[in-house]
Amino acid sequence: MTNPALETRALRKTFGGLVATDTVDFRLEAGARHALIGPNGAGKTTFVNLLSGALQPTSGSIHLEGRDITAWPASKRARAGLSRTFQINQLFAGLTPLQSVVLTLAQAEETGGGSAGLMDLFRSAGSNGARIEEAAAILENLHLGACLDKEIATLAYGQQRLIEIAIALAAKPRVLLLDEPAAGISQEERELILGVIGALPSAMAIVLIEHDMDLVFRFARSITVLVNGAVLTTGSVAEISADERVRKVYLGEGEHA
Amino acid sequence: MLTILLDGVAYGMLLFVLAVGLCVTMGLMNFINLAHGAFAMAGGYVTILLMQRAGLSFYLCLPLAFLVTAAAGLVLERTLYVRLYDKSHLDQVLFSLGLVFMAMAGVDYVMGGNQQIIQLPPELRGRLQVPGGSIGVYRLFIIAICGVLPLGLQQALTRTRFGSRLRAAVDDRRVARGLGIDVAKLFALTFAFGSGLAGLGGALGAEVLGLDPTFPVKFMIYFLIVVSVGGATTITGPFFASILLGIADVAGKYYVPAIGGFIIYTVMVVVLIWRPAGLFVKAAR
Amino acid sequence: MRGPARFRSMQTGWRWYEIVFWAAAFAMLVLAPSRLLLLNEIAIFALLALSLDLILGFAGIVSLGHAAFFGVGAYTAGLLAKHFSEHALLGDPTIGLGIAALTAAIIGFASSFLVLRGSDLTRLMVTLGVALIVQEIANRLDWITGGADGLQGVLPRPVLGAFEFDLYGRTAATYSLVVLFIAFVVARQVVHAPFGLGLKAIRDNRLRAEAIGIPVNRRLIAIYTLAAALAGMAGALLAQTTQFASLDMLDFQRSAEALLMLVIGGAGNLFGGLLGAIVFAIAHDVLKGITAQYWQFWLGLSLIILVLFARGGLTGLLRLLYRRVRPEAAP
Ligand SMILES: Nc1ncnc2c1ncn2[C@@H]1O[C@H](COP(=O)(O)OP(=O)(O)O)[C@@H](O)[C@H]1O
Ligand SMILES: [Mg+2]
Repeated sequence: MTNPALETRALRKTFGGLVATDTVDFRLEAGARHALIGPNGAGKTTFVNLLSGALQPTSGSIHLEGRDITAWPASKRARAGLSRTFQINQLFAGLTPLQSVVLTLAQAEETGGGSAGLMDLFRSAGSNGARIEEAAAILENLHLGACLDKEIATLAYGQQRLIEIAIALAAKPRVLLLDEPAAGISQEERELILGVIGALPSAMAIVLIEHDMDLVFRFARSITVLVNGAVLTTGSVAEISADERVRKVYLGEGEHA
Repeated sequence: MLTILLDGVAYGMLLFVLAVGLCVTMGLMNFINLAHGAFAMAGGYVTILLMQRAGLSFYLCLPLAFLVTAAAGLVLERTLYVRLYDKSHLDQVLFSLGLVFMAMAGVDYVMGGNQQIIQLPPELRGRLQVPGGSIGVYRLFIIAICGVLPLGLQQALTRTRFGSRLRAAVDDRRVARGLGIDVAKLFALTFAFGSGLAGLGGALGAEVLGLDPTFPVKFMIYFLIVVSVGGATTITGPFFASILLGIADVAGKYYVPAIGGFIIYTVMVVVLIWRPAGLFVKAAR
Repeated sequence: MRGPARFRSMQTGWRWYEIVFWAAAFAMLVLAPSRLLLLNEIAIFALLALSLDLILGFAGIVSLGHAAFFGVGAYTAGLLAKHFSEHALLGDPTIGLGIAALTAAIIGFASSFLVLRGSDLTRLMVTLGVALIVQEIANRLDWITGGADGLQGVLPRPVLGAFEFDLYGRTAATYSLVVLFIAFVVARQVVHAPFGLGLKAIRDNRLRAEAIGIPVNRRLIAIYTLAAALAGMAGALLAQTTQFASLDMLDFQRSAEALLMLVIGGAGNLFGGLLGAIVFAIAHDVLKGITAQYWQFWLGLSLIILVLFARGGLTGLLRLLYRRVRPEAAP
């Protein structure tokens, strides 16, 4: 019996009277390339926040590779292999991209390593040349080679958007959640992002939230449509693009979203 | 028993008047003003000066203390505070601490470091017997004034146009701006009013709390507790927090003098562990 | 040690200016024999500022009560020196220093749980509150602490049984400077390691720090405890070298002064605290001589001016100059 990479059972989140996540049963297989779509305010970000532990659900449960992680804090979920990006940049303004990624790599390694991990926590970050090179490679892969050493606060929005992804990748996750990674950036940068996530290890399960259907169809093999916090339907790309209801609630207004 | 309770209530109401301006500053502009107590001290010293040097009556001094500190608040807000609204909390803390120390040194220089005594009018001295205990006439006077204030404030906030604008600005500053509300002016006036209230509290409280140049530092912790425990989004939260603190402090010092000084800290720690967001803050939104 | 890293922001080896600074500091012991008492004071203030920088500049915890740990360290070391002056081991200043650090660390550890959660405002309240509690306890336990009169009769034994404290402050200054240096090396190691990067990450964005797996609370507890220990050592040094401990070591003003030192030098940079302490101690020395009573006024004025006009402090200024000279040089 194999466990899904990530699963939710009757997951619910309410903000006062507003039901932001409405009894969602969601299943993500290992190696999935899954898109989560839905109009603005459908509850996509809230769902990711619940999965990553940034929010606590009102009821229901979340399972990562078979383990119930509902009560785990965000940091513990991250150490268990769940990584995410944020729709609104959440970066370390006072660090450089290189420092951010080195830190994340060190954090990911520490998780593996027991007392060796503790030692590493207090060893000069600059002395681990291999890790620095690895971090630089991750950033260069995202065309950030020119700003490795600059304070993040001083960088352009598009570059910050890419750093958002670099950090999430550096955590070496088994499940990766991308919340509108391509929002508000140039066409060139969108292609770059698609290329990078397309080349990720095939065993990694990836969820992409994205409004641009062209991008979604090129990336995803399966799609879930979320409307008013509830799952409208889940299926293969072909099934979803043929679904009348989806056209009505989403694709019709996808033009201007 | 009743005596203690009434004393505690009087003390708490005084704390409320002293601290409410700070709650608004926190709630409205998310500004941490540690110098709030300096305005209260100013009100106290204004009263002392006017009574001793100009021979004015205590009753006249109270509104004057309000006006003078409100004016001082307005001037400082327009010249200095306004530069710090978009700075970090750390900057605000350092800046307002700077004001505190300058105010303390300044008062020490002009008035000396000793405790100031306010000569209350004779009709406010003495005690009144009530069934089950007694209460100082002056405490009753404090309860009356400080009791009317929150009611008035509550009314002003819910009934007047200024109040509704203020609430709009507290809820969402950007939206308020979009609605054409002059948030800067609104805040300057509110800041001045809050400072004025602190000044009034300082004038009223000089007799009860004592008045010397260390006042702003001595009572800083009380203000912080009132705002943290009561929350900065309502009037009622800080009001009940103040009363609670007042009663706990007075009762603690009376019944268990050995550890009474620690009661307020116990309140602080318990609240923090139990409801880290504050006791009277509306449950998570 | 490996060769220099390829990237500036990853360079964690000792830099030339660090070596120059410390060489100059130790040279002062010989070059300024008449100002050794001031040097001793500077070293102690620097240690206090350094410890505050760890929680404020690096982890972003605004504290109004750092003096609590300073004072606890002072009383612990003072009491040990007073009551064990016959005891070769417990009476030794270095052992006293260690025990003082431990005591302060325990109190720091216990109170760290209260600063974990909540806003800046609640942190201000808690740190201030804890300091007031400690001060009130010290005041109440006057049969142990001497209460308002201060702790009299502190007679520390020679350091390591060999170096007697002298009137000119030679032993005192050397001892304090060595302790400061060791603390600096430890702090340096901590902030240049992934642990320290993690602290800055928590300071800049707690949400993201959690999302990359940093156990935020554990880190904050650890650094708060370490900072408390270092502040306790600073207090211990003051008690041992001045042979006195008093309630004003726990005072709010002391906490504010530590903040001022950091703003003068620049927070979030280990040299900020050191440079700030030098300027502070010299200004304190000069101004106290002129208007002892109104020191508070200058303290306040400098805070306001620094916040309004020179927020980066001295290290910020130096960095600016450095960039002028070498435009290609990043942070
Ligand atoms: N912290 C919050 N408090 C209150 N309401 C929220 C909060 N976060 C999201 N919401 C509401 O939940 C709904 C879903 O929001 P969100 O998850 O951001 O949607 P999406 O990412 O699909 O655009 C929206 O109506 C939004 O206003
Ligand atoms: Mg969203």
